[in-house]
Amino acid sequence: MIFERRHIISTKDFSREEIDFILDRAGRLEPYARMGGLDLLKGHVVATLFFEPSTRTRLSFDTAVKRLGGATIGFDSAESTSTVKGETLSDTIKVIESYADAIVIRHPREGAARMASEISSVPVINAGDGAGHHPTQTLLDLYTMRKECRKPIEDLNVAIVGDLKYGRTVHSLAYALSLYKARLSLVSPEQLRMPESIINYLRKQGVELVETPRIDDVLADADVLYMTRIQKERFPDPSEYLKVADSYRITPDTLKGVKDDMIIMHPLPRVNEIDPAVDSTRHARYFRQAFYGVPIRMAVLSLVLGKEA
Amino acid sequence: MASKERELRVKPINNGTVIDHIEAGQALNVLKILGIGGHTRHVVSVLMNVPSGAMVAKDVVKVEDRELEPEEVDTIALIAPRATINIIRNYEVVEKFRVAMPRNVIGIIRCGNPNCISNSNEPVSSRFVVESMDPVLLRCSYCEFVLDKNIADHLL
Repeated sequence: MIFERRHIISTKDFSREEIDFILDRAGRLEPYARMGGLDLLKGHVVATLFFEPSTRTRLSFDTAVKRLGGATIGFDSAESTSTVKGETLSDTIKVIESYADAIVIRHPREGAARMASEISSVPVINAGDGAGHHPTQTLLDLYTMRKECRKPIEDLNVAIVGDLKYGRTVHSLAYALSLYKARLSLVSPEQLRMPESIINYLRKQGVELVETPRIDDVLADADVLYMTRIQKERFPDPSEYLKVADSYRITPDTLKGVKDDMIIMHPLPRVNEIDPAVDSTRHARYFRQAFYGVPIRMAVLSLVLGKEA
Repeated sequence: MASKERELRVKPINNGTVIDHIEAGQALNVLKILGIGGHTRHVVSVLMNVPSGAMVAKDVVKVEDRELEPEEVDTIALIAPRATINIIRNYEVVEKFRVAMPRNVIGIIRCGNPNCISNSNEPVSSRFVVESMDPVLLRCSYCEFVLDKNIADHLL
């Protein structure tokens, strides 16, 4: 399996074996994600180019590089860059590739990371391109399921809840889970259903799936409850939003009757969809999930830079 | 009188290319795909809504003194899948072939996703993978947007 100098743009570019390989490597690196102690990236510079805001993704990449003994350069908003002077992304990449050994990019336009990878002579890692892809988020989601569930991923019933139409996280996750043939329950309001093209793809892959607007239909059978934020601005009528937002709000009460070992995940940030009182239940995994971003990104960075653990 | 009109319509060319069996109404889009605009040096004849036994009505484009290569014309298949290409030398058809759908379509179709990087000011050509030929289904190589209808409306 060759990862050195490879661009990480979409989970769709990977086979299940390759994903498992990355997850295994993240498992070996996890102890160092908390305390460091490795120098795999010593002398290496990773550029983190965030053309739009991010908290977890940018900081976890930053942490991953530093835990591996490397250094980061970059920015966290386009306003502080030559973009405001009209510089193209292509030119930015041509400049940065001569400063860094790898480039991590988040950009508001879909396909930006793919385009950057065609220009760059150093590996490009997509940290989110508009409503497109966010492969390392999907990898850390899978890693969380592998670590926190008692069953292998292929035996899980994963309920994905919320904005399934616009959420890049859930699109990538659905594609990746189809490689494992996990069962999917897709819960969303009618207006925010998973795009038909993805549903067709999943069915073609033989994925067993149900679609429903009611979360109560799926709670009892779910091994994983993957919550996402419903964006208020998508609803023309605010009262319609409130109705839907309320129905997808997880509280300790709504968790009565779920499996003992069911876990709740969320890519964060959350707004109202998970009551803070849920944080202390045995089901909550979203903060641990956020932490798993560090070993996953350590694994990805060290692989594309050809550094053995 | 009728035979004179007929003669004018099908007047042969000495050298060049005749693109026949174009879906009626698509001739101008064919010119667009071939990059033939108002400043072309070649003599170009466009026939529209010509009665056709097989197609009821068809368009025909003749480009004089220019021989088109198969790769050059294959993209025509996106909007005129039944088009045939006739290469003419000394009034004789020396080569005749049907357009064949290419695997990739580069720089000809605009992505339908306004937020796609190929629709920005970046120096990048649009690029689609042909996922299906019948019906035509194109997937943007950058943002994965699927284009499956009104393809002619997206010509650059």
